Amino acid sequence: MEAIYLKYSYDFRNYTTASQKRRVLYALEQLEFPSISVLQDRVLRDATLFGRLLQFLTIPVSEMFRDPAYFLALRRHVVPILHTYPSVKVWVAGCSTGEEVFSLAILLREEGLLERTQIYATDINPASLEKARQGIFPLEAIRGYTSNYQRAGGLSAFSDYYTAAYEAARFDPSLCADVIFADHSLATDSVFAETQLVSCRNVLIYFNRQLQDRALGLFHESLSHRGFLGLGSKESIDFSGYADRFDTHARAERIYRKVA
Amino acid sequence: MKRDSTRHRSFPLRRVEAVVLGASAGGIDALSAVLDGLPAGWRIPMAVVLHLPESHDSHLAEIFAQRLPIPVHEALDKMPLTDGCLYFAPPGYHLSIERGRRFSLSCEPPVLYSRPSIDVLMASAADAYGPSVAGFLMTGANEDGAEGLLCIHRAGGLTAVQDPKEALVSTMPLAAIARHTPDHVLPLRDLRTLLQQLEPVHAL
Repeated sequence: MEAIYLKYSYDFRNYTTASQKRRVLYALEQLEFPSISVLQDRVLRDATLFGRLLQFLTIPVSEMFRDPAYFLALRRHVVPILHTYPSVKVWVAGCSTGEEVFSLAILLREEGLLERTQIYATDINPASLEKARQGIFPLEAIRGYTSNYQRAGGLSAFSDYYTAAYEAARFDPSLCADVIFADHSLATDSVFAETQLVSCRNVLIYFNRQLQDRALGLFHESLSHRGFLGLGSKESIDFSGYADRFDTHARAERIYRKVA
Repeated sequence: MKRDSTRHRSFPLRRVEAVVLGASAGGIDALSAVLDGLPAGWRIPMAVVLHLPESHDSHLAEIFAQRLPIPVHEALDKMPLTDGCLYFAPPGYHLSIERGRRFSLSCEPPVLYSRPSIDVLMASAADAYGPSVAGFLMTGANEDGAEGLLCIHRAGGLTAVQDPKEALVSTMPLAAIARHTPDHVLPLRDLRTLLQQLEPVHAL
């Protein structure tokens, strides 16, 4: 990981070791290399191979309206406050293949906020970002997404938002007309905008505490006065250095508010 | 110090720093039987993976908190393992133990159709604790846990498997026994005795 950082500037050095070990072993098997040292040697000399390895090192697993209670809480307890701003900026950090971005865009449109909201969707994986831009998701997943959407307090028919063709569902491109998809690393890059809401769910779990603190520091710095931070349902800032820099806004749904 | 009893077997002294347990079909009853009667002064942290549907909240922590005299939690990301506490993996997340003796969660794909996976917990516990971890594997209808228990065995830890003849579903114990020779293959009653005879490494 040290060598990858020096060569490619991708910093996996402070990722949790248990899941990183599993992913490297899985990559070894899938890429058919006999040992980690052979893989390392080849990766450092072959940027294309590094691109393939990157797909194993990051975890593009998400779903739309994952943890519906989170989106319901955003709708009920955060949107009314966002409405008081003339314009809103939202950062979806570690957006992976875009499921979370489209979920938020749908929610904001239903709440009449999308037109004055700028969403920044960032990830370190260029292949994931490209998928996110396209907004095309497998049709087989849509049934689960629909159920999530309804439990998240959806106001419409979920099918209003996509066109089904072949085995895929293409989401209405106007949903992300104003989304900026950008390459950004929580491990090495800095803050790029002032935001009112940061949604970063199930990303920090792959970081050790040092890197978690770095990421939380970026979020804290990015958020405007009393801005909101949404985490994954089993994540907590209690074990971080930022425990006293945020208030709890919705405890079970892991929505926090920046303390001045 | 051995706690001999006329009713129970006694096992060679074994010092451990953590216990990891896994079960699937029939697992709640099996786990209850193993944990029943834990003393209030219990010192060793324990982590459990029981296979449950992903889409529902788990109430395992509440259920076992009522039955046991020790603190019971659903594990959160980066939560430290505290002496004497019992932790359950949350539904829909893999649970690992890091070398710093803290939990980490992950949304990696299911292993053997299971998330949380017993293999993931046990393999990480073997890395984190080496020879001072004990793994208990009980009833279940798939092969999750066999690989994890093998990791614990290779790290020098203690492995214990429920007697397949007694298990509600014997697939999981049989799969583990096929991968290595466990230190103990026992009915639940004796697994319970074995657990209670483990000694915490940092005992005063």
